[in-house]
Amino acid sequence: MLQVSVAKSFDGFSLDASFDAPAGVTAIFGPSGSGKTSIIRAVAGLLNCDRADISLDGENMSGLSPNKRNMGYVFQDARLFPHMTVLKNLRYGGTHDEGAIIEVLGLGALLTRYPASLSGGEKQRVALGRALMSAPKVLLLDEPLSALDGPRKAEVLPYLEALRDQTSIPILYVSHDMGEVARMASRIVVVDQGNVVLSGDLHDVLADPAAVPFLGISAAGAVLTGRVVGHADDGLTKIETGAGALWVPGSVGRAGGQARVRIPAQDVILSRSAPKDMSALNVLSVTITGLEQGKGPGVAVALRAGEARLLARVTKRSCEVMRLKTGDEIFAILKATAIAPSDVS
Amino acid sequence: MTDWLGPAEWTALWLSLKVAFWATLVSLPFGFAAAYALARGNFFGRQALNVLVHLPLVMPPVVTGYLLLLGFGRSGPLGELFENLFGLIFAFRWTGAALAAIMGFPLMVRAIRLSLEAIDTGVEEAAATLGASNWRILRTITLPLAWPGILAGAILGFAKGMGEFGATITFVSNIPGQTQTLALSIDTLLEIPGGEPLALRLALVSIAIAAVALIISEILAQRVTQRRAL
Repeated sequence: MLQVSVAKSFDGFSLDASFDAPAGVTAIFGPSGSGKTSIIRAVAGLLNCDRADISLDGENMSGLSPNKRNMGYVFQDARLFPHMTVLKNLRYGGTHDEGAIIEVLGLGALLTRYPASLSGGEKQRVALGRALMSAPKVLLLDEPLSALDGPRKAEVLPYLEALRDQTSIPILYVSHDMGEVARMASRIVVVDQGNVVLSGDLHDVLADPAAVPFLGISAAGAVLTGRVVGHADDGLTKIETGAGALWVPGSVGRAGGQARVRIPAQDVILSRSAPKDMSALNVLSVTITGLEQGKGPGVAVALRAGEARLLARVTKRSCEVMRLKTGDEIFAILKATAIAPSDVS
Repeated sequence: MTDWLGPAEWTALWLSLKVAFWATLVSLPFGFAAAYALARGNFFGRQALNVLVHLPLVMPPVVTGYLLLLGFGRSGPLGELFENLFGLIFAFRWTGAALAAIMGFPLMVRAIRLSLEAIDTGVEEAAATLGASNWRILRTITLPLAWPGILAGAILGFAKGMGEFGATITFVSNIPGQTQTLALSIDTLLEIPGGEPLALRLALVSIAIAAVALIISEILAQRVTQRRAL
């Protein structure tokens, strides 16, 4: 368990954040400039703070200089040593599990090359391997994918997921991309203007209508974990979730495996009657469990579908016309194409 | 071939190389330290250090030479100190000529400083998170990355040391075989009748040395950048 409590005043900005991160991936989510990077720099000891209480499994790390903290840090821009080969970069912090890490990250063919000749995705994989080979007790990932384009992201993400599934140390994953967060994290800490505004289990926070204003319209929406039932010939995958069976586009996972489905709140349509003759594939019977008025024209509607919780965002006008209130039993329509392939894992 | 230059000129050439070599070698660690402090340091007196380092560049060389005479002459406080501690005498010796090559110090510091400032301090941070101590970071990251600048600084310092005139003649005078370097030798030859052809030859020699030094530094710097681009 990593416990973090840091504070620092900058010019016109003050950071004051406290949270816990158990083993597994804790996402630090927030808009650009909200202080996410400052938080993990403070955890690593790279930022001088006015207050920094950082402890790992009860051991106080606050007084230690960065090189004594044993925390692996993967920077947004990789920061490989330009004058060393990939192998020397990897070994700089140690040779822990060398063979396995080189194998898992697919670095075997790159070992004699210099960083300048690597692609962005390769650089990030080397940076990740370098951090892992130092046998860190905590892994800090600062937007490791944000410098990469779509295909490169898709190249690195599976490695990150494999890492998540194989290690038992706390991983802090800084990101402003909810798709990545929904895919990687089990816990989330939402940061806004230097403060932690929400934190907790990923599924809980993302299904909470009160979280919508902090997450932003496009990031809000529940994440469901389900089991892949099978793949249809027309390119769709059926995933059995707590909310019922959902069809998602693309061939996702393998039958019997786990998969996550993100359902952005703005992509959910509500209906009083069971829709007929519609192109949408996914229709769920749901119960309204709460309504949260935003400052703008939107209303966040919390829904229960089977054992799962969903979130929909509709306009105030629709809400009034439909006379939506807590306890109503209605239908939620999710367009299958609304679940972008990159949001499905 | 040997009579292309007279024995006195060969001596002057040899002396110049010796003076410039030692001046460069001894001042390099100080030059790096000063450049590092100026590039990275955030301390009281940084500006004062900056001015102090650059002073020889803008002061009249005669003034530098005079100050050296006051400080490092036989009766100067520093001169006495060095004589008592190490038996090292600067006044009217070739060692004094080497000291006068301090004139090249600002150039050396400037080149090293620029290369230090060009290093992304982010990679040093990355090294720290991988467990490297400050000393290991300096040794394995900073120094190798600053290497082209250190080399350029050394060569500039060397070239400046070869050609130093004003401070040298003021501090240690123009003694053949002891303090008469290339530049001083050329000056002497120009003042005696019929000395001009020899002066010209010495001038060619100094041009050649300067050119070779620059070419070597170019090649080495290129090798460093090529390796990184591969």
